Amino acid sequence: MVRRRLEETIFKILMIISLTLVLTTLAAIVIVIVLKGYSALSLDMFIKTPKGGYYLGKEGGIANAIVGSLCLALGATILSTLLSLPIAFALQKEYTGKRLANLTRLSLDVLWGTPSIVYGAFGFVIMMYFGLRASMLGGIIALSFLMLPIMTRAMEEVIRMIPQELKETAYALGTTRIEVSLAVVLKQALPGIITGVMLAFGRGIGDAASILFTAGYTDYIPRSIFDPVASLPLAVFFQIGTPIPEVQQRAYASALILLIIVLLVSLITRLLNAKYSRHIVK
Amino acid sequence: MSHISVKDLKITYGNHKALQGINVDIPDGQITAIIGPSGCGKTTFLKSLNRLIDLCDDVKVQGEVLIDGKNIYDPNADVLSLRTKVGFLSQRPFPLPMSIYDNIMFGPRIHRMNGERLRRQIDGLEKHNGVNGHSSPGQKTQDHDKKRSNGDQLVESYLRLAGLWDELKDRLHAPASKLSVGQQQRLALARALAVEPKVILGDEPTSALDPISAKLIEQQFKLLKEKYTIVVVTHILRQARRVADYVIFFYLGELVEHAPAEEFFSSPKDERTRAYIAGEIS
Repeated sequence: MVRRRLEETIFKILMIISLTLVLTTLAAIVIVIVLKGYSALSLDMFIKTPKGGYYLGKEGGIANAIVGSLCLALGATILSTLLSLPIAFALQKEYTGKRLANLTRLSLDVLWGTPSIVYGAFGFVIMMYFGLRASMLGGIIALSFLMLPIMTRAMEEVIRMIPQELKETAYALGTTRIEVSLAVVLKQALPGIITGVMLAFGRGIGDAASILFTAGYTDYIPRSIFDPVASLPLAVFFQIGTPIPEVQQRAYASALILLIIVLLVSLITRLLNAKYSRHIVK
Repeated sequence: MSHISVKDLKITYGNHKALQGINVDIPDGQITAIIGPSGCGKTTFLKSLNRLIDLCDDVKVQGEVLIDGKNIYDPNADVLSLRTKVGFLSQRPFPLPMSIYDNIMFGPRIHRMNGERLRRQIDGLEKHNGVNGHSSPGQKTQDHDKKRSNGDQLVESYLRLAGLWDELKDRLHAPASKLSVGQQQRLALARALAVEPKVILGDEPTSALDPISAKLIEQQFKLLKEKYTIVVVTHILRQARRVADYVIFFYLGELVEHAPAEEFFSSPKDERTRAYIAGEIS
């Protein structure tokens, strides 16, 4: 009896420690970034491009990186959603045999674990092959590779959780596989699918390595998808690497802006989820 | 009304023989109860009648199931129209992830039933509802009829048929998942009827329900047998006695005995049947 009670207490303490660790890490990151970047944060940071020297400028803002990151992440999110949804649906047992499905899952897991610099290098090779230079398009493609496994696995997990009987109910009304997928599975899994999309978006907008060679960097706001494009993670990377304290400060301000974007995306996800779980069958 | 004739039906899951050599004629326009202990092939048999069994893993079906003279396992058989013709109620009702209204309209929309067909369906139902002592929706709301779409009238008619209209008429567009389990099962019945089946299969359709909802479902079945052939799996003997016109008894994957209900219960021929009815085996 004493042993079992002790067990209970030890696990309780462990849980409290882990929970505290998670919460304080987030808090610490936010506090450090806010403290260090706050003084550099101004309206100019949001609306102006860098002035006074190639991306190390002390003046102007990082509108080029904000616009660039949003374009890259949105473009890659759209592209990889278009690819992920069919894969996630195809992994249902009505479409794909167990072996092939498991092999696909394994491949996706390996891709998930692949470092993003590898995607960058891979994207670069492909760009060279097609004779493309560093551009928004190149960055979007490289980021899509990075997002695809995250998105597909998240979607597929939710779709797999749907009770077989629910699908059976729909099949019993004389529906085809595709009708069941689009009219029932999609609706039931929608909150999970949205979470998957947003998760990948958050991961994509913060990634530096995959777009380092593929998207390039520029002080200007891109005019077309064939122009090089700046991004927030690389802005942070370049600015923090300089010996100039003012520029370093701007790195923290850039990080703060990135953090705010990710936070907003998380909030939007929550709102959308609440909206679309109305009809979910539990 | 449809006639179902099963000839030498064998079903195996992998190496497990679920059903062996089943031969039986299921009478039209009556309620046939399939009884027997758990795991003796009742649900397998039921699902073989509309080929929902196809969705199971590693399943192999041999023999013939003739519905109106056509073998549903013929390689050229149309599974979709079969399932439209043979409706199915599962053990636990699953509302589709949409509103009550859309649940009923799901089948008609999928099968793209046109206005004329819906109109004919509504007229047929109004007669049917009238016979059953309900007030006809047409009489009450004649003035509004011109404004209301065929869909609205169809939903009303089927909800009346399933005895749900008075409870739900004010919240047709609320999520179906918020209904009580008893209401969900009656909604499932209404939804199945909306694709105009000829046969209704029920897999222990009252087992998850409270006694009052269960009674309502039983009453609906008794009313519906004038127009439909009904096959219900149950492991409640008393329920079989209450509703069945014809009884089929399965034991360990074998069809032991089948006979009109009165004869089955009063003078069982097989020793196992006698023992089961007497409660000596379960």
